[in-house]
Amino acid sequence: MADNNILYKIKKAGLIGRGGACFPVWKKWTAVKNAIDERPENDRKSCVICNASEGEPDVKKDFYILKNHPEKVIAGMLLALAYLGAKRGYLYINANYYRILRAKLEKAADGTPVEILVKPSGAGYIGGEETSILNAIEGKRIEPRLKPPFPFKAGLFGLPTLLNNVETFYNVALVEEGSYRPDRFVTIIEQSPKPTFKAFARLRKITKREVFLFPEDWTMEKILKKSGRLPSYKFFVQLGGGASGMVLNSSQLKNPLAGSGSITIYNLENHDPMELIRQWIGFFYGESCGKCVPCREGTFRVKEQLEKNDVNWPLVKELLNNLAETSFCGLGCSAPIAITSYFKNVFPLISDKNNVLASSQSKTVCECFS
Amino acid sequence: MFFVELSLGMLKKITITINGKKIQCSPDETIFKVAKNNDIEIPGLCGHPDFPPKANCRVCVVEIKGYNKLVTSCSEKATDGMVISTISERVKKARNLNLELIFAEHIEKCPTCAINSSCRLLYYAEKYKIEVRRFGERKTERKTYKFANAVEIDGSQCIDCRNCVDACSMLQKINYLEIKGKGINQEITPSKDLEVDCIYCGQCALHCPVNSAAEQSEWQEVEKLLQNPGDKKLVAMFAPSIRVSIGEEFGLPYGKVVTGQLAAALRKLGFNYVFDVIFGADITTVVEASELVTKLKAAKQITGDQSAIGNRQSAISHLPMITSCCPGWVKYAEFYHPELLPNLTSARSPHVHLAGAIKTYWAEKSGIDPKNIITVSIMPCTAKKFEAIRKELAVNGARPVDHVLTTREFAFLLKRNKISLGKLKPENSDNPARAGKSDPNSGAIQPNGAGSIYGASGGVMESALRTAAALICKGDKICDNRIDFKEARGMEGVKEADVTIGGHKLRIAVVNGIGHISPIIKKLADYDYIEVMACPGGCIGGGGQPIPTTPEIRRLRAEALYKIDKNAPLRKAHENKGVMEILKWLKTKGKLESQVLHTKYIKRG
Repeated sequence: MADNNILYKIKKAGLIGRGGACFPVWKKWTAVKNAIDERPENDRKSCVICNASEGEPDVKKDFYILKNHPEKVIAGMLLALAYLGAKRGYLYINANYYRILRAKLEKAADGTPVEILVKPSGAGYIGGEETSILNAIEGKRIEPRLKPPFPFKAGLFGLPTLLNNVETFYNVALVEEGSYRPDRFVTIIEQSPKPTFKAFARLRKITKREVFLFPEDWTMEKILKKSGRLPSYKFFVQLGGGASGMVLNSSQLKNPLAGSGSITIYNLENHDPMELIRQWIGFFYGESCGKCVPCREGTFRVKEQLEKNDVNWPLVKELLNNLAETSFCGLGCSAPIAITSYFKNVFPLISDKNNVLASSQSKTVCECFS
Repeated sequence: MFFVELSLGMLKKITITINGKKIQCSPDETIFKVAKNNDIEIPGLCGHPDFPPKANCRVCVVEIKGYNKLVTSCSEKATDGMVISTISERVKKARNLNLELIFAEHIEKCPTCAINSSCRLLYYAEKYKIEVRRFGERKTERKTYKFANAVEIDGSQCIDCRNCVDACSMLQKINYLEIKGKGINQEITPSKDLEVDCIYCGQCALHCPVNSAAEQSEWQEVEKLLQNPGDKKLVAMFAPSIRVSIGEEFGLPYGKVVTGQLAAALRKLGFNYVFDVIFGADITTVVEASELVTKLKAAKQITGDQSAIGNRQSAISHLPMITSCCPGWVKYAEFYHPELLPNLTSARSPHVHLAGAIKTYWAEKSGIDPKNIITVSIMPCTAKKFEAIRKELAVNGARPVDHVLTTREFAFLLKRNKISLGKLKPENSDNPARAGKSDPNSGAIQPNGAGSIYGASGGVMESALRTAAALICKGDKICDNRIDFKEARGMEGVKEADVTIGGHKLRIAVVNGIGHISPIIKKLADYDYIEVMACPGGCIGGGGQPIPTTPEIRRLRAEALYKIDKNAPLRKAHENKGVMEILKWLKTKGKLESQVLHTKYIKRG
């Protein structure tokens, strides 16, 4: 492999996908390339999609990159197009982002084979899942496809398709420039100590939200310290997004940040646990596409239980477990993460947990989720 | 190169372990299929051999050693060395919970559900001892969508498996059923697109595991009549394809022929007379073949081409002629391709022919007032319900067919009345050409081979060709020596051939399933005669047939019909003396003849 080859550079730089799954970028590109080469010589079409749907609550790093470096994102896409010999690229973008950044993005894409496609209204959270994006662009019902075939083999309109996140393409452009450093963007969100929860993600009061760029090997603790966001009050965090993110307590921050780049800070004592978990499940209940049983029915039944005075916690645990075990797509599988990790890592630390939840219930919860 | 690799791949066997048992299989098979082939039952509700796996019910999950998550066996292919459990605690827990969640979607209407004895949901609930009451029912407010008087979708029973949508889109390419809403608000609804309409084929019902998509039932009315017939004579007519399918409802093997037991069961149920629609099919064949020969001759005269009768599509003689005994196809043509209506044979369909003959010829000979005759058709079909209410079919101002029951409805009625079909002593059907009392033991006719194959794709074509040959050859035995037209048989989506009858070349096409119609409509001029059946396999795969109906089951049912034909003493419709007698009688009856034999079609698009 020649040293000036983009794939070689990507591999050498150790780029991993920044959509959240952390898949090595060179592997994905190679898979698409191989799939193209397997096609008949006169039909070696393929396409490139940049996923800018950023549907995860709290995470705003793709918005930040698109706002500040749109030309880099497009440049990364062009490198992918050239590498694959693909004729068209699509920037599949969150409608709000498009509304705000339209002029900048159109300028950056002008004269390139990159077309901007706005995520359809109502596509929701699932509209950012990679195979759902393919359906959305093809005008089909927006929900995940059965894999295999994987998008790299048979994606958009059956063509080998490269799907990468905004930050990934941005990094590709830096790699080509020779200016890439192993950094990552991190959104840090601070929830107001006394939130008024009604509709999750929308009415939640966020006191501060800022996007930082830090070396990717920094521990979460270091990130909080260096950003000046380490709270003085007792707190816990949610990583990688306000819906599907894993919840950790303040003593569990010794590792680098994995997954999607965001840290949401909550005041340990000021959030009603029932409110929190109702919001978490409520989000997934509202966003479930309806395709598979554990997600469609499971999120509904968990929500139903949590609205009762006498919650059947073992059943809730069973339903959440079933979501993780048997859901069709990543959305369903990640639906229980916040709740289960909250109960495991944070709930036992709340000093008056027996007041916020009846003490008998509180005991059951601790047993169920320990 | 690709092909070589593929065949090598298929030859190469791999070994997997399921529940501790080592099993050899080929690497292109799913775990579900391998398990099934080895008598290991894995439950599942959203899969059907007619469709690629959807993997949305998540009931067929299994545990594979080394995998983080459970895996749906319907979609996961076996790989060498895989160690699989279908019975571990983990599998059991997940599978049962998903079954419970599904069960709570389905509002049980079991006592009056026509498929309650073959319901997989009920079977799994019992087999896996699921807690059916852990979750409250959530679909009490759901709508029922009715499509004419033929098919309905009762949303309160739907388990969101989407088989109906696959049947409507993938199999039939009608795209009438749509998925609306997301999450728990997801609902199957009819399309609002005015360019799209239901053809009533009932494939949605045939593929629904829980009777949410179903026929609009008429068994209740028939049951009332049977319980309280008053001064009515109740006449049952059973379709050719029923005899090779209904046995399945009573635990008999696929393709078991139960003609005699059917007649016995109908009498036991309380019908005064039992007629075999094969007789009606023979009427249809004679009428249709005559029309075909007339059209071909007309085309020949017009073109002046003496070498072949069917060499031109003629605007005047409306060639190709197209069959019309499938009411799903007729509705399709009326809605989507009204320009083809002049090409459809004017012959009515077999049960309408038979019912017409019963309410005229047979009624007169038997001295029964036709007003006192109630005809009930036992059909493999849901679209026949719509056909039966067509006003243009009226004979002397009355409907020839009063009620249509699907195979499933009829089997349900038998079970309700504790009649076990398989245990009955076979009886004969009554002869529509002979007056008098119903007699189970004598005086009956042997079903004609020609009419029996009406139940399989290609059968109408083949029967018509047999009789058309005779009409062209006019008694010349050497000219008219062909019986089998195997070109028309089989399960391919489209069958095309050039056949020679009476020394003349005829270009034929058989469309096996409405999903295959498009290419044929694009090149109509290439054909002289076309058969279209809306359901895959023809009536043996009809929308009213027993559940399940799969490619393999369709094949076995069709095979059984061709066996009946092969062994039948009579194999040509025009050799049915009773039919010829009735046709002769009708010729003397002026306008009535046309009322009984012919129909017209209505543009609906």
